[in-house]
Amino acid sequence: MSSTSTSAPDAAPDAAPAEASPLYAAYLRRIRLERHLVRVVQIAALVGFFVLWEVAPRAHWVNPLLTSYPSAMWPVFVDMLSKGELLYHTWVTVEETIVGFVFGFGGGIALAIGLWWSRFAYKVVDPFMVVANAMPKTALAPIFYIWLGDKYSIYGIAIAVGLFITTIMLYNGFNEVDPNKVKLARTFGASRSQILRKVVLPGSVPTMIAALKIMVGLSLVGVIVGEFQSSKAGLGYLIVYGSQIFAMNLAMMAITILAVISTVMYVVIFRFERRVLRHRQ
Amino acid sequence: MKPTERRNGVRDGAPKVEVRDIGLRYLAESGETEALRRINLGIEAGEFVSIVGPSGCGKSTLLSLIAGIMPPTEGNVLVDGVPVRGPNPKLAYMLQSDFLFEWRTIIENVMIGPEIQGLSLKAARERGEDLLSRYGLGDFMNHYPNQLSGGMRQRAALARTLVTGPDVLLLDEPFSALDYQTRLTLADEVGVILRREGKTVILVTHDISEAITMTDRVVVMSRRPGRIRAEHQIGFPSLGPKRPSPFHLRKAEEFPGYFDEIWNELDIHIGA
Ligand SMILES: Nc1ncnc2c1ncn2[C@@H]1O[C@H](COP(=O)(O)OP(=O)(O)OP(=O)(O)O)[C@@H](O)[C@H]1O
Ligand SMILES: [Mg+2]
Repeated sequence: MSSTSTSAPDAAPDAAPAEASPLYAAYLRRIRLERHLVRVVQIAALVGFFVLWEVAPRAHWVNPLLTSYPSAMWPVFVDMLSKGELLYHTWVTVEETIVGFVFGFGGGIALAIGLWWSRFAYKVVDPFMVVANAMPKTALAPIFYIWLGDKYSIYGIAIAVGLFITTIMLYNGFNEVDPNKVKLARTFGASRSQILRKVVLPGSVPTMIAALKIMVGLSLVGVIVGEFQSSKAGLGYLIVYGSQIFAMNLAMMAITILAVISTVMYVVIFRFERRVLRHRQ
Repeated sequence: MKPTERRNGVRDGAPKVEVRDIGLRYLAESGETEALRRINLGIEAGEFVSIVGPSGCGKSTLLSLIAGIMPPTEGNVLVDGVPVRGPNPKLAYMLQSDFLFEWRTIIENVMIGPEIQGLSLKAARERGEDLLSRYGLGDFMNHYPNQLSGGMRQRAALARTLVTGPDVLLLDEPFSALDYQTRLTLADEVGVILRREGKTVILVTHDISEAITMTDRVVVMSRRPGRIRAEHQIGFPSLGPKRPSPFHLRKAEEFPGYFDEIWNELDIHIGA
């Protein structure tokens, strides 16, 4: 140790500098190399996909009228973007998805809490929930259109598609919270609502996030189906409109944007999950 | 009863906790289980009592009844002469495992009791921080449970149990999840802490040595339906009036006698 005693007070005097053994360093290098390799291959696959999509129609291996291709989509994209139409349609779809998601998820939590609160209600409702969940909700699109009109029917389907599965998942999650944690709260005299707020809800956050992931995707499905049925705007509308007038460039571009939206939603939830679940084993 | 075996000058009076003719049956569609039958037990203020008995004889059930988290089928429990109707803030129940909430930091975990009971959170937090510091967890208050070792977690659970200021502690095999060395050390520490604070303690354990060395009286229960089979007043006159730590008591000359007697009463048949 040097005589100038400038070292941090908490550093052990004889502690070796945190240096990895050669074996460990090699191990880390290997892991990092593999991670880079995975990334590179993924990017290559993505680029390859677009190249193929560009080349195959142009070389007339496939009919360009049916598949469109990136460089043909590009002018449509630029044109619609400059007119503000693209942002408008994208926003309509995103907004509908958010509404469907928020109410579907919120409704699912509320229903799951109600069922958790009353076991009797759960026993009564259970078979109906299972059937409602198994029903293809998209079959309701035309009915919702008649009942709710062009705007609200889209919300309706987006909510219906995810509501039951969210309820079922959350209810099961609530019951999977360690009963001993509930017992612990009860030893302090916790009431039912305290058990809910302090144990059951925070204890099912991992389930909530799992349900969230499913719900976001399902809401988007519901919205697009709803737009197919009824709308005058949104990406679903662009897809239907584009295919009806055989403007594949338009339809394919809208689908590409949907893929981008899905990716963004996935990344947001992934980040959120990592943050929230940091401290859970 | 030999008065020399009472600490802190606590005198026999009305028992702190009284279990009167308790019986309990668990009911389920598949059948009923008689877990406890006619249990009578009196525990005085400041007394340390342990309960041993074969697995499934109803020890945890008995603690749950005393804690008031479920009602007995027959009989009743009195705390300070008042019948128990539900969980009572004077009693604290430490479960078999720590069950710390992984989404709360250590200090937040300690605060769960005061939050539920609606105590002053500021005062409780000071008490909690003080307890954690005394148990060597001062630097870990804002850590999460998964960053702590088993022994540290158990100490955090003890702080959580004590922060509400209970008079009576019900401990259900509080050290069973720990390795042997940690277990001995922690049992020593906890024994000292609780005696110093004059708590009344009911300790359930599978470990006969732990029962003999940590408590003043050992209650032996029989197989299901659980009844009280025997009680042993534990004293170590050979070691003088001051009670040494549990660890040292294992070497006392009285120890093997108590051990053999209780062992025989548990009628554990090896290979049976
Ligand atoms: N919720 C319950 N429903 C039905 N039977 C139960 C229930 N809880 C416990 N029992 C039964 O009651 C008996 C006593 O259980 P208890 O948990 O009190 O035993 P124990 O003495 O604490 O056992 P161990 O030493 O293994 O912890 C056991 O036979 C058990 O099967
Ligand atoms: Mg038990």
